[in-house]
Amino acid sequence: MAEVLMPQMGADMSEGVLLRWLVAPGDRVERGQAIAEIETDKANIEIEAFEAGTLQRTLVAEGATVPVGAPIAILGEGGGAPAASAAPATAAAAPASTVAAIVAAATPAAAPAPVAPMRAVGERVIASPVARRMAQDTGVDLSTLSGSGPGRRIVRRDVEAAKGRAPVAAAPAAAGNGAAPAAVAAHLEPLSRMRQTIARRMGASKREMPHYYTTVDVDMTDAVALRRQMNALDEQSKVSVNDLIVRAAALGLALHPEFNNRYTEEGMSVRPQINVCIAIALEEGLIAPALLDTNRLSLRDLGQRTRDLAERARSGKLTPEEYSAGTFTISNLGMYGIDVLIPIIQPNQSAILGVGAVKPRAVVRDGQIVARDMMTLALAADHRASDGAQGAQFLAVVRDMLEQPLRLVL
Amino acid sequence: MAEITFREALRSTLIDQFRKDERYFMMGEDIGAYGGSYAVTRGMLEEFGDRRIMDTPIAESVIMGAGIGAAMAGLRPIVEVMTINFSLLALDQVVNVASCVRYMSGGQVQAPLLIRMATGGGRQLAATHSHSLEGWYAHLPGLKVVTPSNPYDAAGMLRAAMREDDPVLFVEHAALYPGKGEVPEEPYEVPLGKANVVREGKDVTVVCWSRGVGLGQEAATQLERDGISAEIIDVRSMRPFDLDTIVTSVKKTGRAVVVEDDWRFGGFAGEVAALISEHAFDYLDAPVRRVAAEDVPAPYNRLLEQASMPNETKIVNTVKAMI
Repeated sequence: MAEVLMPQMGADMSEGVLLRWLVAPGDRVERGQAIAEIETDKANIEIEAFEAGTLQRTLVAEGATVPVGAPIAILGEGGGAPAASAAPATAAAAPASTVAAIVAAATPAAAPAPVAPMRAVGERVIASPVARRMAQDTGVDLSTLSGSGPGRRIVRRDVEAAKGRAPVAAAPAAAGNGAAPAAVAAHLEPLSRMRQTIARRMGASKREMPHYYTTVDVDMTDAVALRRQMNALDEQSKVSVNDLIVRAAALGLALHPEFNNRYTEEGMSVRPQINVCIAIALEEGLIAPALLDTNRLSLRDLGQRTRDLAERARSGKLTPEEYSAGTFTISNLGMYGIDVLIPIIQPNQSAILGVGAVKPRAVVRDGQIVARDMMTLALAADHRASDGAQGAQFLAVVRDMLEQPLRLVL
Repeated sequence: MAEITFREALRSTLIDQFRKDERYFMMGEDIGAYGGSYAVTRGMLEEFGDRRIMDTPIAESVIMGAGIGAAMAGLRPIVEVMTINFSLLALDQVVNVASCVRYMSGGQVQAPLLIRMATGGGRQLAATHSHSLEGWYAHLPGLKVVTPSNPYDAAGMLRAAMREDDPVLFVEHAALYPGKGEVPEEPYEVPLGKANVVREGKDVTVVCWSRGVGLGQEAATQLERDGISAEIIDVRSMRPFDLDTIVTSVKKTGRAVVVEDDWRFGGFAGEVAALISEHAFDYLDAPVRRVAAEDVPAPYNRLLEQASMPNETKIVNTVKAMI
């Protein structure tokens, strides 16, 4: 018998959420086999069995938050009790049927008369891949069909025949016939795992943390010029505007640790490292991996590591520390041309910096209106950890460094 | 256009290329005085002499090694191995030298070697002379493996293969040599790596090559009587493999049967089936099926040997069971 424990993935992790069991009691488990999916501070990670055996019992339900080191399952030699394995299976089936129920409720009441089921409740629907695809595309319910293929498999012709019978959704009204547009009910689409995670974490952050916001306009003219000079000197390792901002923020955090530390009810969690997370948009959502020891990196190293981080984030090759060790986040939407981004703080952090686009704007200098490359920074901070005056000072430090950018090189 | 046999198509192409380019020469067992075990090279010794048509000892590894060396040195050797069964004696040369030399030399050395060999059973030559091992060679990166099914393709693909700058394995099914077909007089090439839709259909795609193409066409004729329309695709080239033509067809028909003379377990047909599942899964209306040799060394007994091999009836029955 062996206990499977909640692992520590990264220095900061104190607890994890058990998202999903990948094996059921009674299942044979090999050494190294993924047995559960857990959510840490930033990522969903599969945990593996350290030895082979049979999963005797799971000790925590899906969705439960478990401290690091706490047992989550018992692994043994014999077979699991059949009774024990029946219950989780039913539980696992429940969410699916709930979704089905919601979808069913959303369909119009004028549904066709129920068709006599072709198979016993719970019997697997056997259908060919093309039949399944066509059924999904056309809305035909496969469970109401009987298969005419080998072994009673539902094949393409069965779905085609059913399509002919099924009530066809009202065709879009011809343009210009004067009919008033009719309301069309929404339908539910399942959430991706990343979307679920973002929803849970951002919801928790906004509920838990009292955010306050400060914004500042930064004159980026000199920073842009410096960057151009640096990149002309070294074609190989280019520095981006974002790298300058990350560097300025990291140096600012060294002077204002209250934005790097984290408030807990037991006390302020003082963090020895400054690890700035860079928010990276992905097709399926976003991710914010950490750049470890950000304030100790030269601009050139910082640029190189950021590019490497972004590449590995897109290919899913980040280390657990990069997922979980962040202490502060920068989210830059400047490339979309927006002026101000007011972000939400990541759980386990105390502040986040939203970055807008660098644009030429008319500003007043020495009583004259001149065109300068301007950018707006917005700081969102946890009021439990710091106050607005500190936020203003921190932003001023960051602004001053960007406006006198040689300070970033020193 | 003249109607000639598969072996005549090969011979006339060889002779034409030999006349045009003195770098071509051929080595093999009994290819000279005897005219070749399958009479492909008959008459060539007389025209080209024994420096270009070389009878060799029964030493496949030596023939292959010498051919690879000559190719690396700038000649265009053709090695004839009497049957694919004997080519295993030269397997080390093919696997560890011919298919690797371009890669291991960083492209500095190439081996424009053409290896010809007969394959296949059905003539009561028993287990050591009757197997179809071309799928083993198709496993190798760095080697092209082609398997024509008719005289037209045999001549056109042989000409293309003789112009390749990398090793090509040219596999000739022994049962095809006497088969006749129309072949143009003027030289032409059939590109390697391009499959051929030899018959269009809408209910099932039969993927085949070499001897299997004739079986597929006969099966299609029989299936048509039962109202089943089969599309027949001649793969022609196992490597490079023309996946697009096959995937396009399977997306249309929704079903696929792969035919080969090699054993089913671990064979090339399994690779084709996997590719179809990977690239056309959502179009499949039935599992991809295989018609291949039974899982035994080729029997000597005529009835047993015939029973162990793919035939048109097996294809017809397999297709019907899928619909």
